[in-house]
Amino acid sequence: MQNNHTPKTQKRTREPLLHITKRGAVSMKTAVLIRVAAILLSLIFCGIITILLTGDNPISIYITIFEGAFGNAHDTQFLRLWATLQDIAILLCISLAVTPAFKMRFWNTGAEGQVLIGCLATAICMFTLGGIVPDPLLILIMLVASVLAGVLWGVLPAFFKAFWGTNETLFTLMMNYVAIQLIEFFLKVADKSGSNTVGPNILKHGWFPALFGQKYLLNILIVAVITALVYIYLKHTKHGYEISVVGESENTARYIGINVKKVIIRTMAISGGLCGIAGLLLVGGTSHSIASNLADGRGFTAIMVSWLAKFNPLMMILTTCLLVVLDRGSTEVSSKFGLNSSFSDILTGIILFFIIGCEFFIQYRVQFNKKNHAEKEVAA
Amino acid sequence: MKGAIAIELKHVTKRFGSVLANHDVSLQVRHGEILAILGENGSGKTTLMNMIAGIYYPDEGEIYIDGKPALIASPKDAFGYGIGMIHQHFKLVDVFTATENIILGIEDKTKYNLKEAADKVAAISEKYGFDIQPNKKIYDMSVSEKQTVEIVKVLYRGAEILILDEPTAVLTPQETEKLFAVLRRMRDDGKSIIIITHKMHEVLALSDRVAILRKGEYVDTVETADTNETVLTEMMVGQKVSLNIDRTEPKNPIDRLIVENLHMTNAEGIGVLNNISFTARSGEILGIAGIAGSGQRELLESIAGLCHLDGGRILYNDPKTEEQVNLRDKTPLQIRELGVRLSFVPEDRLGMGLAGNMDIIDNMMLRSYRRGHSIFLDRQKPKDLAEKIIEDLQVVTPSATTPVRRLSGGNVQKVLVGREISSSPSVLMAAYPVRGLDINSSYTIYRLLNEQKEHGVAVIFVGEDLDVLLELCDRILVIGGGTITGTVDARSTTKEEIGLLMTKTEGGVSHAK
Repeated sequence: MQNNHTPKTQKRTREPLLHITKRGAVSMKTAVLIRVAAILLSLIFCGIITILLTGDNPISIYITIFEGAFGNAHDTQFLRLWATLQDIAILLCISLAVTPAFKMRFWNTGAEGQVLIGCLATAICMFTLGGIVPDPLLILIMLVASVLAGVLWGVLPAFFKAFWGTNETLFTLMMNYVAIQLIEFFLKVADKSGSNTVGPNILKHGWFPALFGQKYLLNILIVAVITALVYIYLKHTKHGYEISVVGESENTARYIGINVKKVIIRTMAISGGLCGIAGLLLVGGTSHSIASNLADGRGFTAIMVSWLAKFNPLMMILTTCLLVVLDRGSTEVSSKFGLNSSFSDILTGIILFFIIGCEFFIQYRVQFNKKNHAEKEVAA
Repeated sequence: MKGAIAIELKHVTKRFGSVLANHDVSLQVRHGEILAILGENGSGKTTLMNMIAGIYYPDEGEIYIDGKPALIASPKDAFGYGIGMIHQHFKLVDVFTATENIILGIEDKTKYNLKEAADKVAAISEKYGFDIQPNKKIYDMSVSEKQTVEIVKVLYRGAEILILDEPTAVLTPQETEKLFAVLRRMRDDGKSIIIITHKMHEVLALSDRVAILRKGEYVDTVETADTNETVLTEMMVGQKVSLNIDRTEPKNPIDRLIVENLHMTNAEGIGVLNNISFTARSGEILGIAGIAGSGQRELLESIAGLCHLDGGRILYNDPKTEEQVNLRDKTPLQIRELGVRLSFVPEDRLGMGLAGNMDIIDNMMLRSYRRGHSIFLDRQKPKDLAEKIIEDLQVVTPSATTPVRRLSGGNVQKVLVGREISSSPSVLMAAYPVRGLDINSSYTIYRLLNEQKEHGVAVIFVGEDLDVLLELCDRILVIGGGTITGTVDARSTTKEEIGLLMTKTEGGVSHAK
C-alpha cells in the first residue's frame, strides 16, 4: 500500500462486491446436497409461479405431475407407467449414443438426424419386405439396415472433420435436415393419400413381439443392455480410454501415438450406429409408424441428458428419468387444469434452470467480499 | 520536448503469487528516443511493459508521465496517457478491414465515418512511410501487414509512447529492415519507443539506449553507442551462481542419436529449423540453450515423431541390435514399434504430456495401455506404478485417483517425468523440465536426469537457466533462430560465451544507424 497518491474511492470501486472462487475437490455429499436443494427450490419456485399465474393449488399440481408420469389409482394396467418407461428407454438410448462423441469433444448435434435415418431404414424394410420374408428375419434385416444408416450419418461428418477439419456442429446439424427431407420423400412414395404419417395400417410387419404381454418390455430390455455395454466400453476398454484422451487433448493423443483420425471416425460410427438402433426401437418397437417429427427433438434433449450426467451412463438413467417424468407430468398439468400447453413448458423450464444452474455452485464458491466491507467500515 | 523524460517508473514491483516478476524497477524513457529492453526469458520484460500498458497494476511503486503521477489501471487509461502497446500476438478481428480494426473501440463521440477514418489512416501511413491498404481484410494480410495495422491503430489513437513486444520475432529480415525505418522516423518525430527484443544485433542497430533486466531485477540503462555485445551479454546473464549439482564424467559414451541436416519451414514459409545436426551420446546429458522460440520445441517434437520435417535424417543406434534406423517421418507409434525406447517430457505438461482431467493411474497408462491383446484395460500395473512413483518421488497428492490437474506444478512434473523414466528409455528428452518448479522439485528433477545419465541413457535437456545448463550438462548445444550457433563443453565454457551464441542469428540486419 505504497501508492498513497491513488485516490482511495477510485481504488475501491474496482473491487467487486462478490467474490467467486473455484472450489477444489467437492465431496460427493456436498454435491448431492446442492443438487437436492436445487430441486426443492425449483419446486417451491414453481409453486409460487403457479399460484401467481393460475391461482391453482401448487400441491395438487405436484400430484398431477406425479400422476401424469406414473398413473393414478384408476390405471390398474399401469399403462402410463409403461409408456413413461418406454419414453425413458428411447431418450436414454439416444443419450447413450451421443455420449462417446461428446466425451471425445465431438459436438454431435446430429443425433436427431441419425435417429431419423435409422427410423427411415427400418420403415423401408418393413414397407418393402413386410410379408415377403418371415418376421424374425425381417426384424434382423431391420436391425442391420438401421444400424448401417445411423453409422453412415455419423461417419460422414466425422470423416470430413478428421481429414479436412470441417466444423462438425454445422455438418451434423445439416445432416438432420437431409434425413427429414428423405423421410418426407418416403411418406409421399409409401402413402399416396398425402398423409404426413405412414402408420401401422401400412407398416404391418416386423413389429417387435410383446414379452409377458408387455409390448414395450423388449425395448426397455434392449436399452438396459446397451446401457451396460456403453458403460463398460467407455470405462474399461482401450477404445474408451482413447476416446477420453482425444477428448482431453488432441496433442496428448498424438504424443502417445493415438491415431486421432481413426478414433474420431470409429467413435462417430458407434455413436451413429446406436442412434440407428434408437430409430429401430422407435419404429419397430413403439410406434409402428413413421413421420418426420418422430424423434421429437430427443436428439437434442439427449445432449443435455449426457452432459448433466457428466457422460456417466449410470447417472444418465437418473437424468433421463427426471426429464421424462417432468415432461409427461407437466403435459398432464396443462390438460387437467385446462391451461395453455406453454404452462407445462414454463414449469419444465424453471426446474431445468435450477438443476443446470446448481452446477455453477458445485464448481464455484460465492462469497461476499469481506475485505471490501472492512474497508468501508474503516472509512465510515 | 525532445530529450525530456516522457515516462518514468519508480521502484515498481509486481508479484504473481509467490513469484517476484519485477522487483524495484526504475526506468526512464525520453521523448524522441528508442529504448531497447533486454533480458533473458522470464526476466520480467513483458510484465513490466504490461504495467505501463494498463494490463497489470503494479503492487508497489509509481509511474510518472511527463513528470506527473499517473494511474494506469486499464488499457483505456493507458490510451488516455498516450501509451500504446503492440503485443506479440496480434489482437485484430480477422473479418474486418484494416480501417475497421483501427477505429474499433474508439469512443470520441463523433459520428461513425469510415471514409474519414480511412483518410486519416492514409495520412498517418504517408507521414511515417507505412505500406497499408485501408480496405484490405485482415485475413488477407501477411504477418507483417497485420503488425503494421497494430502500429497504425495505436498511432491513430494519438499514442506518444509506443511499446513493441518482440516485434521482429515474426518478421523476415527485409520486413524487419522496413519496420526499423518506420520506427526511426517515428523517433525523429518525437515519439518515445520501447522495444523488447532478444536479438543483440537489433538492439545495437536500432536503439538509442538499452535497459537491462535480469530475473525481474533492473540492472542498468546504458547508451547504445557506448556499449558492445560482450558488455550487454554480461549484464544480461550476470555472475555465475554455483548450484552444487552432482555431475559425473560420462562413462564410455556411444553415439545413440545422430541428427543430420534437419530442415523445417512453418506455414508462412519461414525456416524454423535450418540445417540442424548434432549427436546425442549415451551416458551424457546434452543441453540445448537458446532464446525461447528458437526452434527447440520443433526440434524435440520432430525427433519424437510429432512434426513433419522438410529434410534431414534422425538416426538411432539400437543398443541391443546395434542396428541403425531412421526415425524421420515415423509416427510416435511406429517409433515405439521399432523398439526405440524414446521418452519425451514435453514443455506443455498438461496439454501434451498428460491428460489433466484423468487421474494419476490413468495417466500412467498413456504409454502402456496398448499392451496385450485384450480389448479391456489392465489398470493393476499402472496402479502399482502410480503408487511407486508417488512414494519414490514424494508426489504430494490426496490419492492415486486424483486428477493430475489438481496437483501443483512440481507434482505434475514428477508424475510426468516418473512415467517417462519408468519405461527405462535409451533416449530421454526433456523440454524445460523445471520451469515453474520450486527449488526442491527442481533438484529432484536434476537428480532423476543424472541417474538416467549414469544408467547410460542419452539425455537431451532443453533449459533456460544458464547456471543450471552449465552445471548439469556435459555438452551444450546453442540454438538461435532455428540454427545451431555453437556447441560448447559445459565444463569449460562461460555464461557469457553461451549468451553471445544465443543472441547471434544469421541473416541479421545491418548495423547502420
